[in-house]
Amino acid sequence: MARSISMEAAGLTLAFLILTFLTISAASSTNQIQILNAERRIDLSSHIVKVFLTLKVENVMTAPASEIVLAFPPAQADHLALVKAQAAIGKKKKKSYVHLDVNPTELPDAPNGTKYFSISLLNPLSLGETATLEVLYILTHSLKPFPAEISQSESQLVYFRDSALILSPYHVKQQTTFLKTPSTKVESFTRVEPTKFAGRELKYGPYEDRPPYSFSPVTVHLENNSPFAVVEELLREVEISHWGNIQITEHYKLVHAGARHKGVFSRVEYQSRPSFSGTSSFKHLLASLPPRVHSVYYRDDIGNISSSHLRSDYRKSELEIEPRYPLFGGWKATFVIGYGLPLEDFLFESPDGKRYLNFSFGCPLAETVVDKLTIKVVLPEGSKDPSAAVPFPVEQRLETKYSYLDVVGRTVLVLEKKNVVPEHITPFQVYYTFKPIFMLAEPLMLASVFFLFFVACLAYLHNDLSIRK
Amino acid sequence: MADGESSREATARTLRNAFGNVFSFFILLLIGILAFSIRLFSVIKYESVIHEFDPYFNYRVTQFLTKNGIYDFWNWFDDRTWYPLGRVIGGTVYPGLTLTAGTLWWLLNSLNIPLSVETVCVFTAPIFSAFASWATYLLTKEVKGTGAGLTAAVLLAMVPSYISRSVAGSYDNEAVAIFALIFTFYLYIKTLNTGSLFYATLNALAYFYMVCSWGGYTFIINLIPMHVLLCIVTGRYSSRLYIAYAPLVVLGTLLAALVPVVGFNAVMTSEHFASFLVFIIIHVVALVYHVKGNLSPRMFKVAVTLVVSVGLVVCCAMIAVLIALVASSPTKGWSGRSLSLLDPTYASKYIPIIASVSEHQPPTWPSYFMDINVLAFLVPAGIIACFLPLSDASSFVVLYIVTAVYFSGVMVRLMLVFAPAACIMSGIALSEAFNVLTRSIKFQLPGSSGISQSGDTSMNTEGEQNDIAKTEKMDETAKERPSKKNKRKEKEPVVKASIRSRIERRLLVLPLEASVIAIILLVLLGAFYVKVACKVDAALNVHALLTSTLEKSSRVGRWKLVHCVWAAAEAYSAPSIVLTTYSREGGLHVFDDFREAYAWLSHNTEVDDKVASWWDYGYQTTAMANRTVIVDNNTWNNTHIATVGTAMSSPEKAAWEIFNSLDVKYVLVVFGGLVGYPSDDINKFLWMVRIGGGVFPHIKEPDYLRDGQYRIDSQATPTMLNCLMYKLSYYRFVETDGKAFDRVRQTEIGKKYFKLTHFEEKASSTSSPKRSGTGKRNPWH
Repeated sequence: MARSISMEAAGLTLAFLILTFLTISAASSTNQIQILNAERRIDLSSHIVKVFLTLKVENVMTAPASEIVLAFPPAQADHLALVKAQAAIGKKKKKSYVHLDVNPTELPDAPNGTKYFSISLLNPLSLGETATLEVLYILTHSLKPFPAEISQSESQLVYFRDSALILSPYHVKQQTTFLKTPSTKVESFTRVEPTKFAGRELKYGPYEDRPPYSFSPVTVHLENNSPFAVVEELLREVEISHWGNIQITEHYKLVHAGARHKGVFSRVEYQSRPSFSGTSSFKHLLASLPPRVHSVYYRDDIGNISSSHLRSDYRKSELEIEPRYPLFGGWKATFVIGYGLPLEDFLFESPDGKRYLNFSFGCPLAETVVDKLTIKVVLPEGSKDPSAAVPFPVEQRLETKYSYLDVVGRTVLVLEKKNVVPEHITPFQVYYTFKPIFMLAEPLMLASVFFLFFVACLAYLHNDLSIRK
Repeated sequence: MADGESSREATARTLRNAFGNVFSFFILLLIGILAFSIRLFSVIKYESVIHEFDPYFNYRVTQFLTKNGIYDFWNWFDDRTWYPLGRVIGGTVYPGLTLTAGTLWWLLNSLNIPLSVETVCVFTAPIFSAFASWATYLLTKEVKGTGAGLTAAVLLAMVPSYISRSVAGSYDNEAVAIFALIFTFYLYIKTLNTGSLFYATLNALAYFYMVCSWGGYTFIINLIPMHVLLCIVTGRYSSRLYIAYAPLVVLGTLLAALVPVVGFNAVMTSEHFASFLVFIIIHVVALVYHVKGNLSPRMFKVAVTLVVSVGLVVCCAMIAVLIALVASSPTKGWSGRSLSLLDPTYASKYIPIIASVSEHQPPTWPSYFMDINVLAFLVPAGIIACFLPLSDASSFVVLYIVTAVYFSGVMVRLMLVFAPAACIMSGIALSEAFNVLTRSIKFQLPGSSGISQSGDTSMNTEGEQNDIAKTEKMDETAKERPSKKNKRKEKEPVVKASIRSRIERRLLVLPLEASVIAIILLVLLGAFYVKVACKVDAALNVHALLTSTLEKSSRVGRWKLVHCVWAAAEAYSAPSIVLTTYSREGGLHVFDDFREAYAWLSHNTEVDDKVASWWDYGYQTTAMANRTVIVDNNTWNNTHIATVGTAMSSPEKAAWEIFNSLDVKYVLVVFGGLVGYPSDDINKFLWMVRIGGGVFPHIKEPDYLRDGQYRIDSQATPTMLNCLMYKLSYYRFVETDGKAFDRVRQTEIGKKYFKLTHFEEKASSTSSPKRSGTGKRNPWH
């Protein structure tokens, strides 16, 4: 048994070596691969643009190809929140998907500052072999409101700019792009024949045989009244207490990132004609919290915000919150949500004796973009060797926090990430070592303080301290 | 035998004393907890939030203090208020409360207890009311013994008048000042009883704390001299009196002058003159007593004639100078508020701004009843009890209650000063009543009457005897206290005194049945006082919520029926920035429009924008919205307030010009006509006209009144219908229900359809609530 494992390990190492070698060689030759068929579906129904890309690739060279490169124009690359890829394995009925690694990469002859991501294939493609890849990438802040300022009665129109042709370093034999719009109302769109607009779908293509780096800019001007809820800064503090509770405090700085509100805000109109007035504004948000959540509060700097509802069942809890006023374009609001969770749902012990917290990354508010997310995991006093395992790159650092009666302070692991979308809600782990004896430190301290106090009282009462006799 | 008995008695006594002490310690602890927790209704029913208007300012100052430190605090020039004048906060604020809460916060944080400044501020008042009830215990104990002290402490912990000013969240000067007041009085009495310089120094420090905390310190510095004078006049002068008074004046005045807001006022204004005058008198008297002690009676007579003739001349000269000085200042050296205390009609005649504040009005009879309820009946009994026997301490308490009754009659706010006095008096009355009744029972119980003389030491009766001994002990301690008559008695052997007092007591005995019934009644009364509260609480809950939008005055009727502290706590708990009602389906509806408006201003206007509103909302706007305001609740500049009042009562164009000259971008108006919130700007409008008209004569009150009546319906005057306040309040009001029916004024408004020419509606607050805070902006900005 042991022998076979070591054999396998050796095999893997070899494969890995070959892989690296191939990566280097593949980078130099992008014409090794051609895309037989590409289908792109762009979902514009909310302010988070989701792009589903299905690629059928073929290796046309003899050297085996182990990775596929995706190209993005620099404007898009800046707003790129997430790129995910998966490969379909098996035929039709027994189809299953395998997650593939995606990493940013550089190509030497990149035109106009094009940015690249490379997808590592599971098995290198040999000559003539094909593979089907499904890519999901998400763009934030990519819908530009135009006009940039609207009054209360107008609905919000936005520009979306992209290319009718998929930007790719490979030759693309056939491609189609579908844009899904939130309503049937589209002001204008660039035509790159064949182009078809029907219902809520705008279709570009099919286009045949386009050389690498073909680009054909299109602009779509469409109505989008979905709430443009952007959290400029979100600070989530997760405080672990080994007495059985996890306390979470989330500080939000919310802004409506759509077209700015101009002129009058009439409350009478807003309330009497909700369907015509302030359609792009939003007045409530939904936060999905873990099940068994307790002591939920929702407040801001000046006190409790009384408009919230909590629905909770055994699978999940939903907190519906209303900011103090409806948010129109450009209006801001800050608030804090806090709640407690039972410790046993989130804290586990790993086989090597370490403890780990298994908690979800990202922002609990539905359909929001977080420009800057900071998660602070406050470990109990006396815990050591903190380390985090997060499925995507984040900035990490350590801090110390002093809370109730702390002497040495609690270790705080800080995770930071920019441009976070709901797809980032995945579990992450924080590992640390902790000796249970530390739990008793504070009660013992309090007990000894009281003891000393009573002793002092006794001493005072039993000794005459006056100077006079 | 006698030896053994006495030693046994001694150990029994110490043991009993120890038990008594521990027992009263625990009672005090419970009283403290009661005082603290009875004030938490507001946090439990609503939330942990600062209440009302002034507390928001104090909270903001505390925030500044904790953030920037004490030195910056003293030098703080606030440019966020009274634009464009600004306000020197460090020099115009009583810093006691702020420093107290700041210190508390700092202490907690240095122990790594991360409480926010807001939390500390919210709970300062309940904590200090616990302190205040302990201070009451100490004060009353000095006057009439432990029993009275405990009773008074319980009463103070629950007295509605004090609760109303110290619920969690009402973070105002009075919160700590009442404690400081009572504690200063306690130390004064303690010094008077002991003649110890240590307590005299502490007294001066306590007085300093009081000066730091509240403008009401002038009450102390006038009451104590009055008492000293009373003592001198009634021939009760003693060295203890001198020690109690002289250091207080010297140290206290020096310390008071250290507080920036008081400064030289401590020696310059008429409020303090009484203390200096008495200071001189007490020295003269001290000298006289000293000389009298050293000279023979004949020599003394000669000396008196000599001194009196010379002294009269000097005094006349000095008084003449003094009168000239005082007369040269326009207000005769008195501040407006103090003057209105002496002459209740002063404010309404000359300073409408003082008269416009509801808490500066004289209270109504029902409000006495509501604020101190059953205590009102006990006070006379307490006063009588204070006269048997009259000591220095009890004469002080009597003087205190007499003056406090007068002041509370002038200004409803000073009811707060009256409440502790009433509690002390009632405590004394109740405990005396219990004393008399239990004693009567004890002396008449079958089998125990003969025991006290025979000296029987059987186990049953020992307890009885001990009780007697205990009351004797109490009497002794009471007699140890001042008054020259009793001093002689102290010298007499204790046994003799106790026999005599026993005989006296036997004479005071009431019939057994009567006293048993009376005790039961008293206990029942006490139980009723709390029990009814519990029972009615539930019923009232609904009732209170139904009527929550009604004014306080209408609550009075309810309080007549049920004197219950708990429900009083409920009535006083509403933070005034949030109101709740139950909808018909039983759901809770929260009106949170004030904070909605402030949050909007804070997040959606530029940091340097100026917001104009009537001064009531000034403190809240600076604290919650963090925007610059034109006027606020610190009404120091009448002209400035009059300017805003004028703008509100002018037609749109003139108002726009005024606001433009003040750089105002937003105007905040509170309007309650939609949901029936009565304290809105339309109801306050006449004060704006009056105050504005006081400075700018072109605003005339009669222009806004039709036949002397204030109305906004079709009978209203054109000036009224065209003024800015009317227009901002009722802009597009008709679109809400089609008729423009104002639920507060119970009428349809006079002018329904009009457009704003110089202002535009920027935002207004939620749903159908009582208040639409309308931030309106000038279109050319």
